Amino acid sequence: MVGIYLARGMLIGILAGLFAFGVATLIGEPPVERAIAFEASQATGGHEHHDAAATIDTVEAGHSHHHHDAQAADEGEELFSRGTQGGWGLLTGLLVYGAAVGGLFALTYAYAQGRMGTLGPRGLAAALALLGFLAVVLVPAFKYPANPPAVGDPDTIQQRTALFFILLILSVAAMAAAVVTARRLAARWGTWNAGLAGGALFLAVMVVAGYALPEVNEVPETFPAQLLWRFRIASWGIHAALWAALGLGYGWLCERAQSRDLQALRRGDRPALF
Amino acid sequence: MAHATTHSGTPAVALPVISAAELLPWAVFGGLLLVLMVYFVGAEQGATSLIQGREVHEFVHDARHLLGFPCH
Repeated sequence: MVGIYLARGMLIGILAGLFAFGVATLIGEPPVERAIAFEASQATGGHEHHDAAATIDTVEAGHSHHHHDAQAADEGEELFSRGTQGGWGLLTGLLVYGAAVGGLFALTYAYAQGRMGTLGPRGLAAALALLGFLAVVLVPAFKYPANPPAVGDPDTIQQRTALFFILLILSVAAMAAAVVTARRLAARWGTWNAGLAGGALFLAVMVVAGYALPEVNEVPETFPAQLLWRFRIASWGIHAALWAALGLGYGWLCERAQSRDLQALRRGDRPALF
Repeated sequence: MAHATTHSGTPAVALPVISAAELLPWAVFGGLLLVLMVYFVGAEQGATSLIQGREVHEFVHDARHLLGFPCH
């Protein structure tokens, strides 16, 4: 049974990734192109600006990191053209990510079903997708938002990657704890008060984490603010499209399959994929 | 808590509860594979590399940026 759930989740996840690819092509690629154009203009003309901004932002400076950067750009045997990166590369990335998130979502759904009150399949899938979007995307991004090309010092990639995943894992764990807490309290406190308590727990953990984890700001001083804003909004939009398609699509598929699943189980058969 | 759904007012069928024991192997092995997939899109040939070179990084470059992973 769990295998069927997982397969359905990964399948819907791939479709959600395809939808996200459409959104990314529409609103994500234009700011990426403009950021790359900015990066190229910095590499040729604006060296002083770039370095000045970088040394302000990286506190432990002392040595300038940008030689590697320039070197890499000069050696520049490009492995893939921009067309490939923004086309097949982007599509592949989003499909693999969609399938993975869809599978993880389905495993969460399989555990939550029947344990989350009286929600039906579509309500449960939609609620889990909303909570997933909050915990996996939106809230961590308030602290460590998406950055376009030209933003970020290659020499701090280790720390930035570690911090990003620490916050992500913490956020997901806090959300899981919040939901479990709310479910435990619901019988005594009622759904609303228990839900508020869970929400407060998640918020408290994330506020403390937000203050405790170090600030990262490697935006070059001359990077256009409007472009940065557009890029980050696009990033949220792509994720929102992915999670919406996943939650609504998976709920639809589960509701559609539910009665047939139960019949198959009663007969002792294996449920069909659809 | 597991019995909570056996009596919903609506005629809709209650969702079956899947036991933790049944879910565990799927969560461990499936979860590991799925997390590895996220890793390849989000971080391979960035902070850490399982495969030499920068092909993976360059190929999924745009997806990595737009999904908000630290890229380079």
